[in-house]
Amino acid sequence: MPPPGRLRWLVAELVGRRTESRTARTLVFDVPGWPGHLAGQHVDVRLTAEDGYSTQRSYSLASAPDGQRVELTVQRVPDGEVSPYLMDDLEPGHLVELRGPVGGWFVWRPEQREHVLLVAGGSGLVPLMSMVRVRGAVDGRAPFRLLYSVREPDDRLYVPELLRGAPGLGTAYLYTRAAPPEHPRPVGRLSADDLVRSGWPADLRPMCYVCGPTGFVEAAASLLTGLGHAPERIRTERFGPSGG
Amino acid sequence: MAIISRGFHGRRPAPGRDLPPGQYEVHDFPVLSAGPTPRVTHEDWKFTLRTETGTEHTWDWARLMEMPGESPTVDLHCVTKWSKFGTRWEGVSLDLLMEGVETAAEFALVHSYGGYTTDLPLEDLLDGKAWIAHRYDGEELAPEHGGPARLLVPHLYLWKSAKWVRGIDLLLDDEPGFWEGLGYHSYGDPWREQRYQGD
Ligand SMILES: Cc1cc2nc3c(=O)[nH]c(=O)nc-3n(C[C@H](O)[C@H](O)[C@H](O)COP(=O)(O)OP(=O)(O)OC[C@H]3O[C@@H](n4cnc5c(N)ncnc54)[C@H](O)[C@@H]3O)c2cc1C
Repeated sequence: MPPPGRLRWLVAELVGRRTESRTARTLVFDVPGWPGHLAGQHVDVRLTAEDGYSTQRSYSLASAPDGQRVELTVQRVPDGEVSPYLMDDLEPGHLVELRGPVGGWFVWRPEQREHVLLVAGGSGLVPLMSMVRVRGAVDGRAPFRLLYSVREPDDRLYVPELLRGAPGLGTAYLYTRAAPPEHPRPVGRLSADDLVRSGWPADLRPMCYVCGPTGFVEAAASLLTGLGHAPERIRTERFGPSGG
Repeated sequence: MAIISRGFHGRRPAPGRDLPPGQYEVHDFPVLSAGPTPRVTHEDWKFTLRTETGTEHTWDWARLMEMPGESPTVDLHCVTKWSKFGTRWEGVSLDLLMEGVETAAEFALVHSYGGYTTDLPLEDLLDGKAWIAHRYDGEELAPEHGGPARLLVPHLYLWKSAKWVRGIDLLLDDEPGFWEGLGYHSYGDPWREQRYQGD
């Protein structure tokens, strides 16, 4: 979906924030002129210091379209230049600049009827949650399964909302370091077994969206192709460091 | 007129680093791609230049390895805002591959294993500006960075440097590639911040 004409920088005012986990917060912005977006798209955020120095980062849109209200969920990267500022220092009434929506590939549209598998690692849940929310907002019934990998229970985002669930949405958690006591699965990284148990069989030809840190996305995407999912049905988005 | 974000101080680039607008420096090597990483072996790899008349010039891995290589050290600029300075590559200059290829084309559409495409003016691939790169930092190019071979066009945003490159069509008329068809800029000059259509 090419953006209509030139994408302009818009002024966004922080109007609210919610704590999502020990290390993540949702920021609610009021953005006059926001054109609306698709689930899975992102924005560019530009910060400018008093002396004119400025820098940009990308953040996925977390919310379903809602007028000129836009929500982002930011995970703190220790020693990061931008994420600690957004999480700790940006207060209601403060301004940033936003440009978007950007991206027409890693998106889910409500018209899509096929089965959907969402595979999230850490803050990679954000754009996938937007898909879950858009589906909910249109009363969609496309069968969704979400496989969500986090290090430990405290790292989970959107806990109450995912606990509440939605018709036709199956959510499975996978813990890599520490699991809650009653959790059926031993701790460990995502495996083909997890994708068989909590995903969809390849012959259903689900659309698979995978998002998370690079290593996670690499592993998940190659496990999926190994299970027979067609590469062109696997869409990936990577954020975070490569680790080397 | 830039809007000031109150209380934001930011981190300035190290002195001597020339960052294009909107970019920040990284020291690791982030990976971005639209789908799973294709696994292409040296035995299977082929690279085909096809002219506007349909004439094909094909190299297999052995033939590419026989060609004189170059070792460019270049800065990379990704449209997702990171820049990486002084990356060390080995590869074959497009000038060498284009020697003896007869064409009146002005545009190139680059094809990758996995189906990715990107377009650029042919002149941006010539005169020492582009390589088929097969080694990075003294080692074989890792699959997630485009191995066995990728295009390297460091003066444009990195999405033009197609990973898992398998061929280039030489065209009389421009044809948008994958991201160009999804709203990204057709040229992609980092210094002019040409990220999206209309920039
Ligand atoms: C399309 C896209 C969508 C994104 N969506 C989101 C989102 O919804 N929520 C979100 O929190 N982030 C998201 N990101 C990541 C975000 O753009 C920043 O990279 C992140 O906030 C770190 O920026 P920083 O300035 O705090 O750290 P930097 O100053 O850029 O980095 C500091 C150090 O941390 C490392 N680092 C960089 N990024 C990460 C990371 N994500 N995790 C761990 N270490 C890192 C770097 O290698 C560096 O060593 C997205 C990125 C892309 C490309």
